[in-house]
Amino acid sequence: MISLTRTFRRAIGRGVDTPTAVTRAPSRAHVLETPPIDIAPNDPILAYFHAGSGAVAIDDLQLDSAAVTALRAAGVKLVVPLISQGELIGLLNLGRRLSDQDYSTDDRRLLEKLAAQASPAVRVAQLVREQEVEVRHRARIDQELRVAQLIQQQFLPKTLPDLPGWQIAAFYRAAAEVGGDFYDFIALPDGKLGLVVGDVTGHGVPAALVMATTRSVLRSEAPRLVAPSAVLERVNDYLHSDIPENMFVTCLYAVLDPRTGALTYANAGHDLPFVRRGDRVEELRATGMPLGAMAGMRYQEKEAVLGPGDVILLHSDGLAEAHDASHAMFGFGRMRTLMGGLGIGHDLIDGLLDALAQFTGPAWEQEDDITLVTLSRSAGVSGEHVLAEFHEPSVMGNERKVMERVAEVVRDVGLDPKRYERLKTAVSEAAMNAIEHGNHGDPGLPVHVRVSATDHEVTVRIVDNGGGTEIPEAETPDLEAKLAGLQKPRGWGLFLIKNMVDDLRTHTTETHHTVELVMRLGEKGAE
Amino acid sequence: MTTAENPVRYLDGTAVVDLPAQIDSTAEHALNDAYAAAAAHGSKTVLLNFAGVDFLSSTGIALIVGILARARKDGRAIHVSGLSAHYREIFEITRLSDFMTIFADENAALKGDGAR
Repeated sequence: MISLTRTFRRAIGRGVDTPTAVTRAPSRAHVLETPPIDIAPNDPILAYFHAGSGAVAIDDLQLDSAAVTALRAAGVKLVVPLISQGELIGLLNLGRRLSDQDYSTDDRRLLEKLAAQASPAVRVAQLVREQEVEVRHRARIDQELRVAQLIQQQFLPKTLPDLPGWQIAAFYRAAAEVGGDFYDFIALPDGKLGLVVGDVTGHGVPAALVMATTRSVLRSEAPRLVAPSAVLERVNDYLHSDIPENMFVTCLYAVLDPRTGALTYANAGHDLPFVRRGDRVEELRATGMPLGAMAGMRYQEKEAVLGPGDVILLHSDGLAEAHDASHAMFGFGRMRTLMGGLGIGHDLIDGLLDALAQFTGPAWEQEDDITLVTLSRSAGVSGEHVLAEFHEPSVMGNERKVMERVAEVVRDVGLDPKRYERLKTAVSEAAMNAIEHGNHGDPGLPVHVRVSATDHEVTVRIVDNGGGTEIPEAETPDLEAKLAGLQKPRGWGLFLIKNMVDDLRTHTTETHHTVELVMRLGEKGAE
Repeated sequence: MTTAENPVRYLDGTAVVDLPAQIDSTAEHALNDAYAAAAAHGSKTVLLNFAGVDFLSSTGIALIVGILARARKDGRAIHVSGLSAHYREIFEITRLSDFMTIFADENAALKGDGAR
């Protein structure tokens, strides 16, 4: 309110020059050129104005008030409060009369009437002005966010590297404020691949610019130095001399040799990556200070070997540090547990994001950028490419969804149309068995699907949580007996699958059923 | 075209059943109701028209086996039309084609032409 009063007074002082609107300085012309007077919120004069006393002769006031002293010093003789809807919105400050006489009762009545009539209009003007300021402020913030987003998008990879025998998936979603997350893949000498995930402190344009700088330095130093610790040391020294004070960058940098699975890594204070081997999930630990914080830092370098079927997950804190409505945190422990039960690639990423959505509920506003990068080594024979890996909840009818997803994935692998249709039917039947028999239609149990191909064949693997009992051999149903009502009409699934594919392999453990449907490539469907 | 309210068309003594797009457990009522309506109408032949079918599961096959079993008991013929090449193969693998007359399309079925 006080600032409004000031705003108002400044506006009047500049724009209006009638003696009734403002006082004039004793020795000069009409316009009162007083400096803005601050009235503290606890100044007793405010209560006085609020009481509806009308025009107030400042010299007659007996108040211990800093504002009164300031008004007197500025040559103000009479103050008329401007009140709109019970709120003090400004003051008409008048100096000495031209005639040097005191203001008369008539003068005061006239001024009070004027104040009463002017107040609503002044209030409207104030609101319009506040609105304009707010709009300009928002437009500036929006513009900044757009610039930050643009920078961020510009510097995130447009495509994922294609490494035979490896599957790579990445996900990035900016928070409304745009944090400083980034990830990158850098092609290195000898067929090695550099993997980067980082997070710049702060938000908006400054964070985006530091992110862009960090990425550029990493990109220029990585191929030359290769060793992750040496790269981070170099980037740290560069950034320390170059980025604004109080800003720093956490960053995990790893180098993969795709032929051996060797992963060397160094960590500048970033969240620890997870590695999953079989059903064990561990953290990859290496120590080091964030980049740009202090010069001359050294970074610990470590090595891990990713075997067939192993998966690593690089991530930023946007997921683990998300909060639900009761301020509980999603947590690294939850991520780690989830990772143990999910697939690879986009299946892993989607699984984590689904769990986050369930945790936070629908009204959640994302607090920070979320970045997830996964890298997994194919479990199967060499030369095998994993085309897709996903899961569907065990709900009747989802067999068709599984079929359609697999159909999309294998559309271009080179199956002729007839054999393509056969594989679709086999997939839908196997998925239905997994939903109905393996998982007993429990929506909490997912059916895992993995589609892979070599140069010679395409394999669809479907896994459920059945286990314990072997999947029976496919037998030829006795149609005559069924038609005679001696057998139930059902029992066609396994028979159909066996007749649709080139090879049907089943495997049962204590906990899981695995069905593999194999179609050889380059063969024609028999007429 | 048959509709949910009027599931069967009657043409030249044949009850024509236009099957729903998805022949799996979701089609059970539609299929059984259509057969019951055709039976009540006294049609000697029921033509299952697959022209609009884009999904056939083993559960759907079991439904057709069920209809076929009832028809044989009732002394009623089941004809089939509009099968895609893939579904025709499934009818052959399951030997359903040994117990039903298969026509290329509805016209051929009504004329009794080109049964295979």
